[in-house]
Amino acid sequence: MKQVYLDYSATTPVKDEVVKEMIPYYTERYGNPSSLYSQGLDAKDGLEEARRRVAGLINAEPREIFFTSCGTESDNWVLEGTADTLKNKGKHIITTKIEHHAVLHTCQYLEKQGFEVTYLDVDSEGFVKPEALEKAIREDTILISIMMVNNEIGTIEPIKELAAVAKDHGVLFHTDAVQALGNVPIDVKELGVDFLSISAHKIYGPKGVGALYTRSGLKISSFMHGGAQESKRRAGTENLAGIAGFGKAAELAGKNLENHIEHSSKLRDYFWKKIEENITGVQLNGPKEQRHPGNLNVSFDYIEGEAILLMLDANGISVSTGSACSSKSLVPSHVLEAIGVSITKMNGTVRFTVGDFTTKEDIDYTVDVLIKIVERLRELSPVTGQEGW
Amino acid sequence: MALYNDKVMEHFMNPHNVGQIEDADGIGTYGSPVCGDMMQMSIKVDENDKITDAKFKTFGCGSAIASSSMATDMIIGMSVEEALELSNKKIIEELGGLPAVKIHCSVLAEHAIKAAIYDYAQKHGKIYKGLEGFDPDAEEDHHHDIDEE
Repeated sequence: MKQVYLDYSATTPVKDEVVKEMIPYYTERYGNPSSLYSQGLDAKDGLEEARRRVAGLINAEPREIFFTSCGTESDNWVLEGTADTLKNKGKHIITTKIEHHAVLHTCQYLEKQGFEVTYLDVDSEGFVKPEALEKAIREDTILISIMMVNNEIGTIEPIKELAAVAKDHGVLFHTDAVQALGNVPIDVKELGVDFLSISAHKIYGPKGVGALYTRSGLKISSFMHGGAQESKRRAGTENLAGIAGFGKAAELAGKNLENHIEHSSKLRDYFWKKIEENITGVQLNGPKEQRHPGNLNVSFDYIEGEAILLMLDANGISVSTGSACSSKSLVPSHVLEAIGVSITKMNGTVRFTVGDFTTKEDIDYTVDVLIKIVERLRELSPVTGQEGW
Repeated sequence: MALYNDKVMEHFMNPHNVGQIEDADGIGTYGSPVCGDMMQMSIKVDENDKITDAKFKTFGCGSAIASSSMATDMIIGMSVEEALELSNKKIIEELGGLPAVKIHCSVLAEHAIKAAIYDYAQKHGKIYKGLEGFDPDAEEDHHHDIDEE
């Protein structure tokens, strides 16, 4: 059966060049980068080469890159570390209603520790308004955390404008750029951000490695305590093969950025055009412009998302749903809720993300299958044509 | 590795008894699209109180559709009283199990059967012990009989 992977925002396949880069760190260059003999120093060289490559992708200095185990760790570190470092200055944090759970759940944890968090609203396309941010800033605000690209609906936030507002008020600014990396140009100097979280497995690198960019001159409390790795900021023996893979993936992502954006957005636009032309009762959630190049988030009227996912899966096609039907009741997507998608439409939402290995044939095949599936599930549905949709 | 076992997938991909019986003796719906699942069940009952046909339409996830298909299979040939005793546990058993987080989907089918029989009982002036305390309009109840994990 034909296999079509359309969930590049969940994770990406590791590119061959990346795997090739990683293997020597398992076989020959397995030394511990902290060891003082040649084999250790050689491993250390590999580590620093990867740091330069990752820094290069976001126009940072290598010393501003701190490797972590994933994007979630980077988000946890910056939120908890900043909260701990600045708790005597203030206990107020600003974020948005559409952040990834890595940020939202850490904020909820901090609320339990006595911090106050403001969750900014977004407009119907998911954009955060700089004026709204400005209004929310208080004397005791210590950190603002706003994602660069939303993982569900692909909204590219105006980070430069938002970071400028933060700077005007002397508040530190963090952006979760996990979905942005390799999908939009990132220049930390131009953006004016203080912290930025990234992850390797979203850019054709391995799982289990991320990084936190920390602007030179800033230092927050550590999240992982132990040895002196990562300039004493993040303890634990480095995931060297993973980090080397991240470095290679970053290098490739930099070289490939324009092609990637063009390839993805062309296929994505073609995909949406075909869906709109061939299937009635569909709605595109998220923005028309300023959108992740590979992201489509579509609501199909009168049918449920998991049923669509399962039938696509049975045809070899991998996608995500917007909401999950789990224990007790449906868990609605906090992002779709924040942009005002009705609960009924939310239940029938599917996220498709295309990427470097997606072809036009993949899209044609998927649309053909999708037409049949939607028709089939609508035959099964008792709510076709009901009011309130 | 799959989300559901083969039997559940078979009932989901090729559900039995889909549709609505034109001259049904009882029709009931349960749940709502807002809750994430909704099932409509229509039944045909003969003079001996035996269910001779059942059809369904379901809005919902894979396990909601599979449970609906299995439930209709199970009640065809049953007496009304027997069908009223059909619990979601028995539906799950017949399906060979559902993931813990999906148990509530089978409750939907159990309630839709009761709703259809309730309609039949109302129209035909019948009283069944198994319908005591059943409220066909308590739409969201099926989500609350399950304990949090």
